[in-house]
Amino acid sequence: MGKIIELDHVDVLYGQFLAVEDVSLTIEPQTVTAFIGPSGCGKSTLLRTINRMHEVIPGARVKGDIRLDGLNLYGEDVDPVTVRREVGMVFQRPNPFPTMSIRDNVLAGYKLNNSRVSKSDHDAIVESSLKSAHLWKEVKNRLDKPGGGLSGGQQQRLCIARAIAVRPRVLLMDEPTSALDPISTQAIEDLVSQLKNDYTIVIVTHNMQQAARVSDRTAFFNIAGEGEPGKLVEFDDTSVIFSNPTQKNTEDYISGRFG
Amino acid sequence: MTTVLTRATTLTRGTVIALFISGMAISYFVAAISRGDGEIVPLGIFALGLVVFGMLVIPTSWVVEGRRKAINRTMTGLVFSAFGFALVPLVSLVWTVVTLGLARFDGEFFGSSMRNVVGEGGGALHAIIGTVEITLIAALISIPIGLLTSVYLVEYGRGRFSKWVTTMVDVMTGIPSIVAGLFAFALFSVFFGPGVRMGFAGAVALSVLMIPVVVRSSEEMLRLVPNELREASLALGVPKWLTILRVVIPTAIGGLVTGIMIAIARVIGETAPLLIVAGFTQSMNYNPFSERMMTLPVFVYNSYSSQGTDAQAYIDRAWAGALTLIVIVMVLNLGARIVARVFRPAGNH
Repeated sequence: MGKIIELDHVDVLYGQFLAVEDVSLTIEPQTVTAFIGPSGCGKSTLLRTINRMHEVIPGARVKGDIRLDGLNLYGEDVDPVTVRREVGMVFQRPNPFPTMSIRDNVLAGYKLNNSRVSKSDHDAIVESSLKSAHLWKEVKNRLDKPGGGLSGGQQQRLCIARAIAVRPRVLLMDEPTSALDPISTQAIEDLVSQLKNDYTIVIVTHNMQQAARVSDRTAFFNIAGEGEPGKLVEFDDTSVIFSNPTQKNTEDYISGRFG
Repeated sequence: MTTVLTRATTLTRGTVIALFISGMAISYFVAAISRGDGEIVPLGIFALGLVVFGMLVIPTSWVVEGRRKAINRTMTGLVFSAFGFALVPLVSLVWTVVTLGLARFDGEFFGSSMRNVVGEGGGALHAIIGTVEITLIAALISIPIGLLTSVYLVEYGRGRFSKWVTTMVDVMTGIPSIVAGLFAFALFSVFFGPGVRMGFAGAVALSVLMIPVVVRSSEEMLRLVPNELREASLALGVPKWLTILRVVIPTAIGGLVTGIMIAIARVIGETAPLLIVAGFTQSMNYNPFSERMMTLPVFVYNSYSSQGTDAQAYIDRAWAGALTLIVIVMVLNLGARIVARVFRPAGNH
């Protein structure tokens, strides 16, 4: 089941550069929350702090608290590896492991970690994950073929299957459809609305129609100018953001006046 | 004004072939008429024929096909000629070594040493064993050190220390092989007294030459692994060391193996350092930790530089040794290609 995510006065810094300033918001369990905003406003950066993936970039650090069901992800004794097992991630470009078959890609979270799972459990995990990702029918007869041989949309669904195979509580999606055609995008969006029954989903998107279609809540981020930190401008129900935003900035962005 | 697309006039294949044959014929006649006492060299005729062919086909093409296509033909011709000329030394080298080396490329050559042989007969078994053992030990020392250094540089290295390591590796790349030999000799003299000679010391000298090559090539290969794959693995909750071991290295394995094979091929033909620290001998020596050990390059050098009573027998053995060395390097290269294909990323396993 999904978990509640609370961001409490979060700043993100790259070295001395303040990328995101003072974001506080609460993401309810089993909802889809969209982060929208112009390029460079820090929405992807903020997303990556929720599973501590920003730490992969040298010099990146976070001030403030991010809590998952009350547990501070940045506590002294919290291992980023365990955080990432709870909070899965899907990236902008599909990135299946080229050395692995479709089947091994789905099981990557177990196999790479040397987890001891029985053969029959393997088959069950592969089938249920691929079914959840709406990919089972297309690949069930070629599970031993390399994952790189699938189309872009199929690869992205394979990556979603891989992410949910390890049963995370939260799924982060960083512009998951920006490299895909409209039909694959449709498939992924349908998938998102089903997955929210089990997971808390946060999705970063450049496509405002997509935010309007898939999300329950929307957060709008903006930057004042070059070199300025990104800030949370408005966070509300998606219907409110798109029909009746309180901030002028939000309205301008939504209606396409800038960005 | 309207532009009309006209059908392009081109030289037919038949015309080009006819011009080529005339070029060769002219070249042959020129050579036949102008030769004094010299003989006619087929390669020379062919080269001159190509030039004449060019002088025929370019103006023809200019007149018939126009400027752009004439230039295209000129450039295409230049590119192919350059490729051909680059191939000449290689083909010539292989041809020379094979024709001269085959004279003694026989069972006895691979079955016996040079012990008690002064004239004909004898073989290079002692040198082959020495080369295989010394190169293998050098590889066993260099591959782990080189691979781990490159993993450090790509995956962990930040700041001043990693820059320093990179500089040191660059400096090591430039060490002349004779210096590596002297280094190993000095090092082993400290522990075993002056005048020490052993195969293992030769392997250490070769490692000094091999490590920077392994580091450099592996570093390139590891950097080619897309960052997205590392992120995909980390985001699944896989620790960094397992990500490197299970994702980064398998993805790059083909290139890593190729790089290692090239490094081995690079040191297997080294002569100078082995001449100093491994010495030379006419007898078998299977133990790399004591006494002098023969190697193929030293065998070739020695056969040629100190020819005995039957000079031809020594020269024949030198060429056979050179041929053996080339065959070993070629087998290693083929092996590397097979390994690279087996582990090719898109492949299925």
